[in-house]
Amino acid sequence: MKASQYWHCFVGIQTREWLRFWQQRTRFASALVRPLLWLVVFAAGFRAVLGISIIPPYETYITYETYIAPGLCGMIILFNSMQGALSMVYDRELGSMRVLLMSPLPRPFLLVTKLLAMGVVSVGQVYVFLLLALLVDVEPPAWGYLAVLPALILTSLMLGALGLLIATWIKQLENFAGVMNFVIFPMFFMSSALYPLWRMNEASPWLYWICQFNPFTHAVEAIRFSLYLEWNPMAYGITAGVTVVLALLATAGFRPQRTKILGSKPA
Amino acid sequence: MTIEARSLSFRYGDKPVLREVSFALTSGRFHALLGPNGAGKSTLFGLLTRLLALQQGDIFLAGQSLKKQPAEAMRQIGVVFQQNALDLDLTVRQNLQYHAALHGLSRKEARFRGDQELERFNLLDRANDAVRQLNGGHRRRVEIARALLHKPSLLLLDEPTVGLDVASRKALNAHVRTLCDEDGLTVLWATHLIEEVSNDDRVLILHQGQLLADGDGHRICETEGTRNLAETFHTLTGAG
Repeated sequence: MKASQYWHCFVGIQTREWLRFWQQRTRFASALVRPLLWLVVFAAGFRAVLGISIIPPYETYITYETYIAPGLCGMIILFNSMQGALSMVYDRELGSMRVLLMSPLPRPFLLVTKLLAMGVVSVGQVYVFLLLALLVDVEPPAWGYLAVLPALILTSLMLGALGLLIATWIKQLENFAGVMNFVIFPMFFMSSALYPLWRMNEASPWLYWICQFNPFTHAVEAIRFSLYLEWNPMAYGITAGVTVVLALLATAGFRPQRTKILGSKPA
Repeated sequence: MTIEARSLSFRYGDKPVLREVSFALTSGRFHALLGPNGAGKSTLFGLLTRLLALQQGDIFLAGQSLKKQPAEAMRQIGVVFQQNALDLDLTVRQNLQYHAALHGLSRKEARFRGDQELERFNLLDRANDAVRQLNGGHRRRVEIARALLHKPSLLLLDEPTVGLDVASRKALNAHVRTLCDEDGLTVLWATHLIEEVSNDDRVLILHQGQLLADGDGHRICETEGTRNLAETFHTLTGAG
């Protein structure tokens, strides 16, 4: 296959995802309600309880809203990626997946491109969220909006690959409620999204270590540091490493017969 | 183009679904894969389209092994699935362009070929309509047009008339037959409806995962000593 054919395929998959996004824009807008509730209501209630000391990348005392905004960016991607990956294997996207898998291009390329396309749409939502967050005085430096882009894309790819891996191999989690209870909530709560890890360490050292082993923690930190124009090689390195491993496992191990893509009962 | 399946067997867990199925399709002909529900037709299609991984046996398209050179083989195949595989919210043209892109065609080429196919199917004036606005028969035509965009040599249709009324079923069947006559396309049409098959077709009868008959319709009737295909089908499978 020629490089131009890969390119046309890549552009075609991205275009389709944006067309679908445009068709379902009200659904995407309503998906912003969840993180905005956390930012406006939850943060207002908890700001008095949770004092935040000066910790990198912040150079001064910050509001709780400012602290949780990067975690909520991660949350938007987390929900979207899991929902998107599940729909690839189980429901809404089945027809499109059949068409996708009939392409003569290599399946790992097709799947990663698809995950990336879904991720780019999530990233668009994150930017809308960050703009709305300005209303509650979450004001990262202007260049931070650009600097955070690679971290957001990496995070969406990592979580999309995780979602695809789970949806393909764990049949018991075939509905979104299962994934929410056993994957999304544990990943979100056992991370640095809502509270700094030093606080978690004070409360429970073993929970602290679980948080440290949670790749979502490092994705959130990569987002946080980039947004404030600071470089965090460990967070980036772990997020990138986990992304590569998960993408390899998810695409190499992907078997349509383990899914409902054919329309028959999975083996 | 020659298409050959050699000793295909497939099982879901402990349950065998296909047993030692072998056949070769004749280039440029209409083939009917006839079998009652649960005969293994969709599984066979899954194997031919790589949606299921081959467990035993192999499939050869123009001498290329599906196991060893899947990309080459996939370029030769166009498929219409049993369930709708169109994006209902997108327009007809957007659906075609997505498929063309997946086969590495540029937007310009995709548009040109897409319009060509739509014109042939009398659907060019619906190109900018959302698929949701089309009736069942038109949707099926769009799916066939899409399957032909990358100019395959083999067209696979898995029960393509499911959910259509009698008139639309007949029209679709007739249309696909003209593709064989005019373009030399090889067609494998899976169905459980005997009225979609003619005595002159090459017929493959699949039942409980086994290929019970393979040949021209009238020859099979002669061999089985039956008056028509409906009787043959009933004798062999107990269905129909």
